[in-house]
Amino acid sequence: MMWTGWAQRALRLTVVLFLVLLLTQAMTLLVPGDLAVMILGENASLEALAQLRKELALDQPLLDRFLQWLGAALEGDLGVSLQTGQPVAQLIAERFLVSFELMLYATGLALILALLVSVLAVSRVGTWLDRFCSFMALGLISIPGFSLGLFLILFFALMLGWFPATGYRLWSEGVVAHLSSLFLPALALALVEAPVYFRILRTDMGETLKRPFVMTARAKGVSKWGVLIRHVLRPSLVTLITVIGLNVGHLVGGAVIIETLFALPGMGRLLVGAVYAKDLFLVQGIVLVVALVYIIVNMLVDALYLVLYPQARGVERQR
Amino acid sequence: MRVLHYLALIWLVLLASLTFSAPWLPLASFEEMDFFNEAQFPNESNWLGTDGMGRDMLSRVVHGAQVSLAVAIASPLIGLLVGGGLGLLAGYFRGWLEQLALVIMDTMLAFPALIFALLAVTYLGPSLVNVILVMGVLSIPAFARVVRGQVLLIVNLEYVTAAKALGVNHSQILMRHVIPNIFPAVASFFLTVMATMVVAEGALGFLGLSVPPPQPSWGSMIAEGREYLEDAPHISVIPSMAIFLTLLSLNLIKEKQET
Repeated sequence: MMWTGWAQRALRLTVVLFLVLLLTQAMTLLVPGDLAVMILGENASLEALAQLRKELALDQPLLDRFLQWLGAALEGDLGVSLQTGQPVAQLIAERFLVSFELMLYATGLALILALLVSVLAVSRVGTWLDRFCSFMALGLISIPGFSLGLFLILFFALMLGWFPATGYRLWSEGVVAHLSSLFLPALALALVEAPVYFRILRTDMGETLKRPFVMTARAKGVSKWGVLIRHVLRPSLVTLITVIGLNVGHLVGGAVIIETLFALPGMGRLLVGAVYAKDLFLVQGIVLVVALVYIIVNMLVDALYLVLYPQARGVERQR
Repeated sequence: MRVLHYLALIWLVLLASLTFSAPWLPLASFEEMDFFNEAQFPNESNWLGTDGMGRDMLSRVVHGAQVSLAVAIASPLIGLLVGGGLGLLAGYFRGWLEQLALVIMDTMLAFPALIFALLAVTYLGPSLVNVILVMGVLSIPAFARVVRGQVLLIVNLEYVTAAKALGVNHSQILMRHVIPNIFPAVASFFLTVMATMVVAEGALGFLGLSVPPPQPSWGSMIAEGREYLEDAPHISVIPSMAIFLTLLSLNLIKEKQET
C-alpha cells in the first residue's frame, strides 16, 4: 500500500523526464532561421554546413531526431561534442563528480547552519535573539548567489587570504588543499539555501512548541534542550527533507553561476560553455544528467520519507 | 520595524523614479569610455566612481535599473496573465482541463529554470524583449499553481455556492467573488516573483546573456567588476548593493503585506 504511491510518483517523474528531454530538443525550434548557420556562423562553407546538418540529422522531423537520440542514449551513447569531437558521456563523467561533491558539501553546510540557528532561535522564542535570527535570514535571502560568492572572495580570499579565490585542487593535491578550494563555493551555495531551510524549520518548530506533548515532556523532567531536539526538532526534519529534495533543482542552477565565478571544472561550467558554443548534444546530455539526478534524489527522498514517517502511507503528500 | 518598511518603500520609489526620469537627468553617459579615468573610487565628479573602462558608475547603475525593473514588472505580468488565467480556469472548472494544465505545469517546473533561461535566450538572441519573454514563460507554472490552490480554497465556500444557486453566470462569479478574494495572496506571490526575477536577470547578466552591451545590467556590471576586485572592489560591490537593497525592500514589503 505505502509503496504503490511511491511507484506511481516514480512513474510520473519518468514521464516528466521524457517530456523535459523532448522540450530540450524542441527548444532548438526557437532559433530564428537556420540552426546550422547559427552554430557555425555566417561565414561557414557550404560543405561544412551540409556536414553539420547530416551530423545533427536536421533534414528529419524533430520527433524522429529526438527518438534517434533517445534510442542511442538508452544504450549509453550520448553523441559527440560539436566543439571537440569527444564523446559527450566522457566529458560529463569528467565533470560530474566535482559538481556532485560541491552539492553534497553545500547541502551539508546549509543543514548544519540552519539546524544550529533554528534550534537557537526556538530556544529563545519571541526574544530579540529570535527576531534577530529571522531578520538575518531575510537579509541573506535578499543576496543573490553571485553577489554572495563575490563578497566571500573579497573578504576571505583577497582581504584575509584564508582560502584560494578561484581554482580547483584535486584530492591528490592534498585533502586540505582540495577541501579548502571547494570551501568558499560550497559556502556561497549554502548561504543561499540555509536561510530558506531556517525559515521552514523555525515556522514548523514554532508550531510544534505549542503542542501539548511538549509541555508534558517538560513536566516529566526532560531538559529544555532534550525537548527541543528530540520532541520539537525531530518531527520538523520530515518537512525539511522534502524541501531539500526539491531544492536540488535550485542547487543545479546556483552551481552554474558559482562554478563560473570560482572557475571550478564542474558540470555547470561545462553547460555554460556548451550553451555559448551551441553544442547541442552536450547540452542535451547535461540536461539528461541534471534531470536524472533531480529525479533520483526526489525518489530517494520519497522513500526516506515513507521509512521515517510511516503514518504517511496512503496519504497523499502535500507540497 | 515599521521604519524599515518605509525605508523599503522609499528605496523602491526612488529607484523607479530615477529609472523613468533617467533620460532627462543630468547623468554622465553610461557608454562613454575614459581611459584616463579608469576604475576610480567614488569622487566629486563621479559620485559612485568609474568602472574598468572609465564609465560613470552612477549612470550605469541607474540605466541597469531600467533592465532590472522592466524584467521585474513585465515578466511576472506575463506569468500572472497566462499562468494565473490557466490556474483560475483549472481550479474553477476542474475536470480534464485541470489535469492537462497540471501535467504541463509539472514538466515546466521540472525543467531546471536557469538551464531553460540560458538555452532560450541563447537561441532567441539576447535582448531585453527576449529576456522578459523567457522569464515570463518561466513564471507561468508557479502562478498557475498558486492561483489554482487559492481558487480551490474558496470555490466551495457558501457564498460561491449561493451565487451559483441564484443563477449568476460563471464569468460574474469569477469577477465578483473569486478574483477579489484570491487577490491578497496572489499579490503577495507577485512580490516574491518580482524578487526572483531580479535575481534571475542578474544571473543571466552575470553570464553575459541579458541585454547586449553597451546597455548595462546589474548582473553584467558585477561580472565585469570581477577583474578589478582586488584594487577597485566598488565596481562589483555597488551593483551588488543595488540588487540587495531592491530584494530586501521587496521582501520586507511582502512580509508586511502578509501579516
